[in-house]
Amino acid sequence: MINFTGFYTLFRKELLRFWKVAFQTVAAPVLTALLYQLIFAHVLENHVEAYPGVSYTAFLIPGLAMMSMAQNAFANGSSSLIQSKVTGNIVFILLPPLTALEFTAAYLLAAVCRGLLVGAGVLAVTAAFGLPWPTHPLWALVFAALGCGVLGSLGIIAGIWAEKFDQLAAFQNFIIMPLTFLSGVFYSIASLPPLWRAVSHANPVFYMIDGFRYGFFGQADVSPWLSLAVVGASFVALASLALRMIGSGYKLRH
Amino acid sequence: MSTAIDIVGVSKRYGTLTALDDVSFSVRQGEFFALLGPNGAGKTTLISALAGLARQDEGTIRVMGHDTVHDFRDARMALGVVPQELVFDPFFTVRETLVFQSGYFGIKRNDAWIDELLFKLGLTEKANANMRALSGGMKRRVMVAQALVHRPPVIVLDEPTAGVDVELRQSLWDFVQELNDAGHTIVLTTHYLEEAETLCGRIAMLKRGRLIALEPKEKLLAQSAGREVALKLSGPLPAALEALKTREEDGRQVLALAEPAALETVLAAVREAGLEVRDLTLVETDLETVFVNMMRGSRTA
Repeated sequence: MINFTGFYTLFRKELLRFWKVAFQTVAAPVLTALLYQLIFAHVLENHVEAYPGVSYTAFLIPGLAMMSMAQNAFANGSSSLIQSKVTGNIVFILLPPLTALEFTAAYLLAAVCRGLLVGAGVLAVTAAFGLPWPTHPLWALVFAALGCGVLGSLGIIAGIWAEKFDQLAAFQNFIIMPLTFLSGVFYSIASLPPLWRAVSHANPVFYMIDGFRYGFFGQADVSPWLSLAVVGASFVALASLALRMIGSGYKLRH
Repeated sequence: MSTAIDIVGVSKRYGTLTALDDVSFSVRQGEFFALLGPNGAGKTTLISALAGLARQDEGTIRVMGHDTVHDFRDARMALGVVPQELVFDPFFTVRETLVFQSGYFGIKRNDAWIDELLFKLGLTEKANANMRALSGGMKRRVMVAQALVHRPPVIVLDEPTAGVDVELRQSLWDFVQELNDAGHTIVLTTHYLEEAETLCGRIAMLKRGRLIALEPKEKLLAQSAGREVALKLSGPLPAALEALKTREEDGRQVLALAEPAALETVLAAVREAGLEVRDLTLVETDLETVFVNMMRGSRTA
């Protein structure tokens, strides 16, 4: 027996929570991505083509979109959980008959929705810089959704683990930011020295961006199947961890 | 089945602190039950374990026959809890808060009952106000409504009137009394012993995680010193009465009376000593006296 209404209500509550402040949670990251696009496109306009036939400005767009999706999927669950924990209103979702699966799925799905919404916004405002219609739209969609799922799971984990806002900020600044920035958003890692290429290859966010880019240009640094395997495995591992943390009551039920 | 809450051998430790030490008792269906004890006695820990907010290290708790760990869905469906801390979600209005809370309990359309709760708790006019805009007392009412959205047979109120104005306190108790009359089992913890005394049938007392008393209110009151008389005399207390003296309060000697007729003996002794009675008050033992005596450790079970 599944408390579907319970899951759906929690999911809707999480959607409304960010939607009511969409100016900060959706519009702001879209603007940030647009600023990156303007500055980098201007500075690196005459940079070599990233791939044959793909200008740097076009190359940049999917990377920026995926980076924004990742950061916002992370922010959604983590900020919701830390706020509920610090203010104490988390008690209202701990008292009802919700299982760990219903609880995790609701937070995760809301995080994916926020990520996808931000991603769609970023693509919409930057498309004019020369983004082609995706050659493999399904690949793009799969990587967008799975990428948001990975970071959404990580957001739940961080939100449960952190006891104070500054701990969450540390997680965000020292783990999420480096992961998302050092992932080939701004460059093809083929252009990197061997050490940094190896570091990028160890970063799951690199595969999200590379796979997402493949969806648009039909070419990428690595095979989309390899990217799918890495991103899919990361998702399964992190979502399972989030589920186990919630199931065990770690830092939630004392 | 007539047991609403069944607590058997529950212990809970936080590091070296024993918050609950082998606590066992039952609350029958339809009872109005009070859980008393000073701060740190383990009341909130016990309620947390009951509600699944904490997990006991040992023992079992059943709510309406459902184990709170293995059968937590049914146990939580049967339980409505008003937490002690004044908490709310600032993103939503009163009505949204209650609609969400209903949904978490698997209830899709609950508007009629939500309207009734809003009305009973005097929140109708605030239904579309944001939670942030409410006063503390109003927020407390919303918490009571949140605990009742799923019409639980067992309702637990953890210090519901702490920091709440007198008017709300009265209307809240009227409402809770009404729920009890309708057959709901009520368990409350409170610092206002008068409330427990007026409302509750049975009383459990906790001290340092242990259950030290569990009696019907009348029995608890009868067990203690019984009646007392406070005397203000023109001179020192006669030696013959020293044995009866329990304490001194505001210059009055407080003497324990085994029975009302013992007052005769006291007055006779005062007269014999050539003293005058300046003031005399008969004191009925209240729960507070019992409580204070218990907590002083005059009786440890």
